[in-house]
Amino acid sequence: MFNLNAGCVNLKNRGSNCCIQMALDHQTVINIARLARLHIDESDVDRYVSELSRILDFVEQMNGVDTEDVMPLAHPQEGRLRLRDDIVTETNQRESFQTVAPEQEAGLYLVPKVIE
Amino acid sequence: MNWEPVIGLEVHVQLLTSSKIFSGASTAFGADANTQACAVDIALPGVLPVMNEQVARMAVKFGLAVDAKINRRSVFARKNYFYPDLPKGYQISQYELPIVGEGRLTIDTDGGEKTIGITRAHLEEDAGKSLHEDFHGMTGIDLNRAGTPLIEIVSEPDMRSAKEAVAYLKKLHTLVRYLGICDGNMQEGSFRCDANVSVRPVGQQELGTRTEMKNINSFRFIERAIEYEIERQIDVLEDGGTVVQETRLYDPDKDETRPMRTKEEAHDYRYFPDPDLPPLELDDTLIEATRQTLPELPDTKQQRFMTQYALSGEDAAQLTVSKELADYFEAAASATKGDAKTVANWIAGDLSGYLNKENKEITASPVDAQQLALLIDRIHDNTISGKIAKEVFEAMWHGEGSADDIIDNKGLKQITDTGAIETIIDEVLARSAPQIEQYKNGQTKVFGYFVGQVMQATQGKANPQQVNEILKRKLDA
Amino acid sequence: MHNKPLTQLADDLVTKRVSSVEVTQYFLSRIEQHGNLNAFITVDPDFSLAQAREADRRIQQGDRPALIGVPVAHKDIFCTKGMLTTCGSRILSNFVSPYDATVVDRLNQNGAVILGKTNMDEFAMGSSNETSYYGPVKNPWDNATVPGGSSGGSAASVAARIAPAATGTDTGGSIRQPAAFCGVTGFKPSYGQVSRYGMVAFASSLDQGGPITRSAEDAALLLNVIAGFDARDSTSVQRQTPDFVADLNGDIQGLRIGLPAQFFGEGLDSKVERVVREALQEYEKLGATLIDIDLPNSDLCVPCYYVLAPSEASSNLARYDGVRYGYRASDYSDLIDMYMKTRAEGFGDEVKRRIMIGTYALSAGYYDAYYLKAQQLRRLIAEDFERAFEQCDVIMGPTTPTTAFAIGAKTDDPIAMYLNDIYTISVNLAGLPGISIPAGLDGNGKPIGLQIIGQYFGDTHVLNAAHRFQMTTDWHQRAPSGVQQ
Repeated sequence: MFNLNAGCVNLKNRGSNCCIQMALDHQTVINIARLARLHIDESDVDRYVSELSRILDFVEQMNGVDTEDVMPLAHPQEGRLRLRDDIVTETNQRESFQTVAPEQEAGLYLVPKVIE
Repeated sequence: MNWEPVIGLEVHVQLLTSSKIFSGASTAFGADANTQACAVDIALPGVLPVMNEQVARMAVKFGLAVDAKINRRSVFARKNYFYPDLPKGYQISQYELPIVGEGRLTIDTDGGEKTIGITRAHLEEDAGKSLHEDFHGMTGIDLNRAGTPLIEIVSEPDMRSAKEAVAYLKKLHTLVRYLGICDGNMQEGSFRCDANVSVRPVGQQELGTRTEMKNINSFRFIERAIEYEIERQIDVLEDGGTVVQETRLYDPDKDETRPMRTKEEAHDYRYFPDPDLPPLELDDTLIEATRQTLPELPDTKQQRFMTQYALSGEDAAQLTVSKELADYFEAAASATKGDAKTVANWIAGDLSGYLNKENKEITASPVDAQQLALLIDRIHDNTISGKIAKEVFEAMWHGEGSADDIIDNKGLKQITDTGAIETIIDEVLARSAPQIEQYKNGQTKVFGYFVGQVMQATQGKANPQQVNEILKRKLDA
Repeated sequence: MHNKPLTQLADDLVTKRVSSVEVTQYFLSRIEQHGNLNAFITVDPDFSLAQAREADRRIQQGDRPALIGVPVAHKDIFCTKGMLTTCGSRILSNFVSPYDATVVDRLNQNGAVILGKTNMDEFAMGSSNETSYYGPVKNPWDNATVPGGSSGGSAASVAARIAPAATGTDTGGSIRQPAAFCGVTGFKPSYGQVSRYGMVAFASSLDQGGPITRSAEDAALLLNVIAGFDARDSTSVQRQTPDFVADLNGDIQGLRIGLPAQFFGEGLDSKVERVVREALQEYEKLGATLIDIDLPNSDLCVPCYYVLAPSEASSNLARYDGVRYGYRASDYSDLIDMYMKTRAEGFGDEVKRRIMIGTYALSAGYYDAYYLKAQQLRRLIAEDFERAFEQCDVIMGPTTPTTAFAIGAKTDDPIAMYLNDIYTISVNLAGLPGISIPAGLDGNGKPIGLQIIGQYFGDTHVLNAAHRFQMTTDWHQRAPSGVQQ
């Protein structure tokens, strides 16, 4: 049965008897943001902690279903990969592509210095 | 304490296709920056990958050649990380299910043959290039290489010395070129190696902490980098320290390895199956058809050369180092009336010498197999001596014509007329009374003087055997 | 002119009763008149009229492909060569695509005129059109309410008769839900039926493009052009493309309609339920039979979706890094800072939230608990449908639990927003075709949608069932008051 109004209330109960408790903390949010290359102001971190925690609590409903031995379904259409012939079909379109580039020179895309 | 190095290698082999693994852009090397980076390669919004069939065939070919399990079903996954030469923000690679499973490669070591395990080989796309020349303090990105097909061959940590590692790499290098799946050009990055090195006390089962050295592009540097790293780790451990697991760069100028400058972030690649690409399924027809295209492999060829041409193991190994060289040898050996061993010697000697000096591949040799065969014929039929042949070869190398033309034009034909040789010998003896005296007194070394005089008088053209015989006969009379 | 069905408009054009330039000009001025709806992000009259002139030239020469001269609006998620393609985001706010999406290209080849690019939730992430960088779209039926999303601009423009037809995309209901809220017909084809090439990716295993029109017949006309195999999309299905128009008229006598218990439970607004039940009675009159069915795992489709879609999105949106195109932050200290500021400034809140969730769900240590678990559930949900279709030919129910809600009502509560798609999401997870057709109005005169779900590649059956209903009812012809001017 759907519960439109209070997804989370129910879930807290489910959460207690299932495998992992998916609480997010301050540092985890900072780490994820870094991994995803999203700058977050320090003052916004707590807002993310609570919003994301609510969503994670919500998706935790999944743990109510026993999926042992169920094969994961990655794609609605479980077909096989179609292969193309090894033929060069593309021509040089650098000029057209680079008219929308933020910064370019001598045909190269420019970025702040990369250090190896 | 005695230490045992443990080495595993990851080799990135660029596959020799016309177009990229997931786009129809050209893979040709050396084009102007970003002129071979199409919409898919630069990851415009909305573009999608479509897999190149030839890439699958080449991977299967490799798998069959190393006696590996070919996975009938393999899956492309996304390896997520941000880097400016990685346009999509992820690399399409194979993770849990690679196309090629466990296989093996046999190498020659000082202690005899040794089998190195291949853990897996998986397909992936190459990244672009970052050009660090200064563009007002910025880095330039060229995406021509982005999307070039690679097969990454991962070995087991089965090697125990830098030498073994190099032997494995050379074997692999030879193999991929035989298979025609890679041009093997290390300068252009077609064949790149990452080495994982650790050391442990002899007898210990557990592996030590390893370091990884990335993208080393010559056999010599790989050997030196591994040797340096083994020494360094032993020094650290013997001083009571611990080896830090890290990626290190080899600096050929200083001949040392050092940690990468960037503080490596904890990588979390978040692999997941690429939803744009259904699983790659290979049927028996494709695998069997590919098997039919396998050439004679280096090991088999080496064995055959030893039996068919009565060559030593060493000669056969040297001649089979590349398919082109082996083909050259076989063409020359079957065309000449001389013996195969002479052909092998010429290839290993003068021909290799000239090729190396001019940094040429065998396929670019100005003296082809037929021409070399003719030259050897002329030694065989006594038209010229082995010594004169070297002079003829040099002229052939410089494009002065065939062996016969050169022998004719330069009058290098051997003098085999006994009468003519006798006449010259008589002249030499007539003006050599003191030397004859010495010879008669038992100073037999002076014999060489007479030979030298005769050769000088004939500009080296007298048949040396005949000269020896006649001289001996006259002096000992 | 704006009330004419697409077939008639096409016929008028081919028979030269009206020129494409006239039609295009007419709709361009309607767009301007109804500018308050904010249904379009980009309108480029010069571009559209040039295409219209070309169409008229082709008509003159006797070249008459299916949609010659007909203006069609594109959701701003489809790449259009030479025209801005923003995907409702600041990060693509300056992106002029150098190529056409396959859907756009096929429409162009068939003579259609690009009328403009419609507003949408940023990167199609939203159910109300409020996440657009270009501001919310207003529902033509009640300007205080949302048009639904993410294809809100397309649905609103078809409802307001400022576009004869539009394209949309549907990842979790983004065609069907706004169609329901705006009282128009929105069809999501089977996954693999319509090429995704050139359609900015949100969640690749769920995204599917389709038409938003006033009727199933119009939808079929558009599908005949846009559907079919495309070699540039590895997930495009290689099979004979049906004639969607020809298959519309089949008899539905004996059609077995499955009614999932889960679609009529708690949370469904009673007025919506009443209208849907009335529509089902209409089907019984047409000779169909109603069968109760069970989709036991479908109540988990929303949590499942909110793991899978953000996971794929977190990866799909990694390319927006300010290097090759799009927005780049102006102040940064180094490369990583450039990435982080560009993406922080370029993406809106909802997109960032989903990128964060997806990044987390795929990260080391959590993959099995989230992503893999969701994929396992996905199989259970898909299998529920397979079992259900052993008993019935199509499945019907409400498209949405409620009618259009007020602008701003749910913006602070992401989960309440997500639950809007509770009846539509499972269809995407299973890759099935689904349509929303107008079935009636609630007490406040707001439209209510009936959803029809078909078997995988049973697209023509869905359209056929929708068309038969529209032959005997006129809900699809109702227009919001105020659009007649």
